[in-house]
Amino acid sequence: MLARRIIPCLDIKNGRVVKGTQFVNLRDAGDPVELAAFYDESGADELTFLDITASHEARGTVLDLARRVAERIYIPFTIGGGISTVDQFRDLLKAGAEKISINTAAHRDPALIRQAADRFGSQAVVVAIDARRVPPDDDDMTGVPRWEVYLHGGRTPTGLDAVETAARAAESGAGEILLTSMDADGSLAGYDLDLTRAIARTVPIPVIASGGAGNIEHIVDALTIGEADAALIASIVHYGTYTIAQIKVALRERGIPVRLEASCAYMPAPDVP
Amino acid sequence: MIAVVDYGVGNLRSVAKAFEHEDFEAMVTSDPAVIRDAAGVVLPGDGNFGAVMQNLRETGLVDAALTAVKAGRPFLGICVGYQMMLDSSEESPGVSGLGLIPGVARRFPRRAGLKVPHMGWNSLESLADVRLLEEVHEGDMVYFVHSYYPSPVDPAGGAAWTDYGCVFPAVYCQQNLMATQFHPEKSGKVGRGIIRAFGRICQC
Repeated sequence: MLARRIIPCLDIKNGRVVKGTQFVNLRDAGDPVELAAFYDESGADELTFLDITASHEARGTVLDLARRVAERIYIPFTIGGGISTVDQFRDLLKAGAEKISINTAAHRDPALIRQAADRFGSQAVVVAIDARRVPPDDDDMTGVPRWEVYLHGGRTPTGLDAVETAARAAESGAGEILLTSMDADGSLAGYDLDLTRAIARTVPIPVIASGGAGNIEHIVDALTIGEADAALIASIVHYGTYTIAQIKVALRERGIPVRLEASCAYMPAPDVP
Repeated sequence: MIAVVDYGVGNLRSVAKAFEHEDFEAMVTSDPAVIRDAAGVVLPGDGNFGAVMQNLRETGLVDAALTAVKAGRPFLGICVGYQMMLDSSEESPGVSGLGLIPGVARRFPRRAGLKVPHMGWNSLESLADVRLLEEVHEGDMVYFVHSYYPSPVDPAGGAAWTDYGCVFPAVYCQQNLMATQFHPEKSGKVGRGIIRAFGRICQC
């Protein structure tokens, strides 16, 4: 049976791992390659590296990081942040990344999704969507929640509906949606389950829930109530609140299929600042 | 030395690295002489079946690969590399595979709730007693990314089976021909066990 995935996310700035609260007040949480190797050993199913400053500072790609990570780990990893051309896809995939996540570029140039999927396969193309809940309109009597897509790390509203955007990305050839709730991100108060479920039920491709994981119940909820295929986590593992094994044991006890290698269960918490 | 066949597609370094980390010598190569004389040959692959077969033919490495197989050298196809060992694929009608394993690659059934590509960790069941899997246990999970699955004519070569909408042989072993639909180089400790086993098979 296909396992639900637990994916630590390493936000990268200047070659170091950081995790922000609502994307500001960044804290240093370690060396990306060391941390990646640690998460591989401790049972993470995949890793995601997001160069969070790349989009708005027009930073180059993180090719060197991809190469160094690929040399060390035995699980797939995704690289995102400032990738906007098919050539950048090619270089990063050749460097050892399994998937490339695009966000701003996918909105600026919707053809990029199709081009990349045609050339490298849908499985290599992750479309990241940052969404914020739209405050209910006084005139809106339907009570149906809506979410708006934001760009540039959550700073630029687009006016686009998140569910429709996800559906269009899937039609264009995206292989996966990385869905971040800007409201929940950094709150440690749980994923936006309505948002996650709305998109998971709409698209025929896997959805990774992101933003808001503060405890194991939140992850359980994202994978059950939220119907996500995978959960992205950051602070709760970066700061050693839980180990990957603790999370997976709890998920398995709740009947959620997970990959749990026996030897991972006794890994200590990471030594990070 | 284990030759990782380079026909200009995808990331081959991960495969070579996996052998090197287990102390086996491996080389990413497009030199037919190296492939012919290697202790073992690995045929990786990802992407479109027709495109990768065309690439392999254009690089002139088909004969070298078939020569190594005929000489009885251990041969391991990975992912689309496995599918290339079949006769053909529904992905690219009219394109011939290497014909080492009678059978075809079929698309996963189009059915509600079955997400394609099959992407993520899934389990290996009904393991056969083969050297390639000597470190693998029933139910161990490995990493898959594919939209087509191998469907050999003779199920006897199936050495481990995976269920995703249908049950298919995720591992194939028949004499010196071995293949995995998943990526052992991306499958954590279980994958490393398979890499080690193939390395040992190549040593004798």
